[in-house]
Amino acid sequence: MLKYIFKRIISLIPVLIGVAFIVFSLLYFTPGDPARMVLGDMATEEALQAFRETEGLNDPFIVQFGRYLYKATTQADIGRSYVTKRAVTNEIMTVFPATLKLAAFSMFLAVIFGIPFGIISAIKQYSWFDSITMIFAMIGISMPVFWLGVLLILFFSVRLNWLPSSGFGTFSAMILPSISLAAQGVAIVTRMTRSTMLEVIRQDYIRTVRAKGQKESLVIWRHALPNALIPVITIAGIQFGQLLGGAVLTESIFSIPGVGRLMVEAIKMRDFPVVQGGVLYIAVAFSLVNLLVDLIYAWIDPRIKAQYR
Amino acid sequence: MSQMKKRKMGNFGEIMRRLKKNRLAMFGLTIVVLLFITALFADFIAPYSYAKQHLSDAFQAPNSKYILGTDEFGRDIFSRIVYGSRISLQVGFIAVGLAVVVGGFLGAVSGFYGGKIDNLIMRAMDILLSIPQILLAIAIAASLGPGLFNLMIAVGISSIPSYARIVRSAVLSIRNQEFVEAAKAMGSSDFRIIMKHILPNSMAPIIVQATLGVAFAILTAAGLSFIGLGIQPPMPEWGAMLSGGRGYIRDYPYMTLFPGLAIMITILALNFLGDGLRDALDPKLKR
Repeated sequence: MLKYIFKRIISLIPVLIGVAFIVFSLLYFTPGDPARMVLGDMATEEALQAFRETEGLNDPFIVQFGRYLYKATTQADIGRSYVTKRAVTNEIMTVFPATLKLAAFSMFLAVIFGIPFGIISAIKQYSWFDSITMIFAMIGISMPVFWLGVLLILFFSVRLNWLPSSGFGTFSAMILPSISLAAQGVAIVTRMTRSTMLEVIRQDYIRTVRAKGQKESLVIWRHALPNALIPVITIAGIQFGQLLGGAVLTESIFSIPGVGRLMVEAIKMRDFPVVQGGVLYIAVAFSLVNLLVDLIYAWIDPRIKAQYR
Repeated sequence: MSQMKKRKMGNFGEIMRRLKKNRLAMFGLTIVVLLFITALFADFIAPYSYAKQHLSDAFQAPNSKYILGTDEFGRDIFSRIVYGSRISLQVGFIAVGLAVVVGGFLGAVSGFYGGKIDNLIMRAMDILLSIPQILLAIAIAASLGPGLFNLMIAVGISSIPSYARIVRSAVLSIRNQEFVEAAKAMGSSDFRIIMKHILPNSMAPIIVQATLGVAFAILTAAGLSFIGLGIQPPMPEWGAMLSGGRGYIRDYPYMTLFPGLAIMITILALNFLGDGLRDALDPKLKR
């Protein structure tokens, strides 16, 4: 098991370097002169030249990438905002917790609603419950996150005046954003749970358990469910990445001070280091979550554990 | 081999027959066909131009003159949604087309040759997959700048890895079958074997993924336009319209309701169709 954990962590390193490479290249090839963006329109040609020289902007691409990588890993320095001149790391770290909180709470909703719905749908396949759940799940997948957010604001904030339409300080302010972000996750987890559950309860060992006269509730809970949940964990991990991505849209609708809103503001100001920095941070967070998921997976699935004895 | 051939295209009729039995899939197909008709004949269907401003008629609720109302410039929302279907379908299909061609090529090469090339390509795909798709699209679109073409590129590139993976696994399952060996023995070039024998036999998962992929591409494109990347005014993109109407949600909610409904119906139809196609193409999965 330790060997597996070690191997898995090592394999993360090239992926993270690759992500940094993509983010850096996008930044590098973005049209516009960074020196001009930092120093402003009034700067003289000499000042621009001097800036390029001290910042190493005249160096070849690969040298600049090496320096970026070095600074990113040793000093957590991934550049400065063109607008506020603050370090991008600081800008992001102040807002990152809100995004993580939003994504984690939505993930929680997706799991606690998605798994039971999926199980009941599978057990009572072709029942009215199953049909209605499946249609709602399909609508949930097809609903644009940002439209659902706007609709929720329209009904619960504007019409009924029950819940606030912006901010993220109080629990009541968290409800609408989390629901709008979680809807898709609930739908995907429900569908996934249903289809793996259906696959499992058709297997021979379940028939054996039934044949020996086990109670139906125990057949489901003790024998079928643990096997059905394994693929669901993988999907949940991937889903977390989608939630982090979707959070970008949700935050800008509900004015939540998170990475997403920071990025959207930065896009409007053409503040590219912040945009790409946000992408880098979220990709790293996503990779770490996936690492965690793989480890949980290996921990609960003896077949994988056995491979790395 | 005969079984392989039968699975290939010989039972196109059989697939259609199975698809026809699936009511939700047929509903999806109907909507998609209607959308294509709308996009093709937008000039005849839309009562007004998408950019024409009737300033004296701004903020009209739906009425007999403007069936879905007008926006803050008095532009007819129905006409804009009709023209918007062109943009959404273009982005959806061209972005996915790009992803299928590039991703399919990478996946085929990867699966067919294996070894170092496979390792290299698949690690590159892993890296792309470790950035959530919509964020990758945002990052690419931010650095390319706004515009329809750049939007297609951004959405297309961000979808490449899923096709590369699907095609690779399809190729791996076919590569060692006898008919491929036979083709090799007859002296076919690698290129010919991949194009003529392997890809046609891995079409089913590609078609399913592409149908669902178009839905996802349209959704991503609308999301990008919603946050100000992608389509610029006065082009009537549904996500951009929704974003524009947000400021008036208190008094004129229909400005956001109708474009959102258009997006949702389109995505829903494509998803129903994709699900139906999966069941029709691979009856093993049908339960």
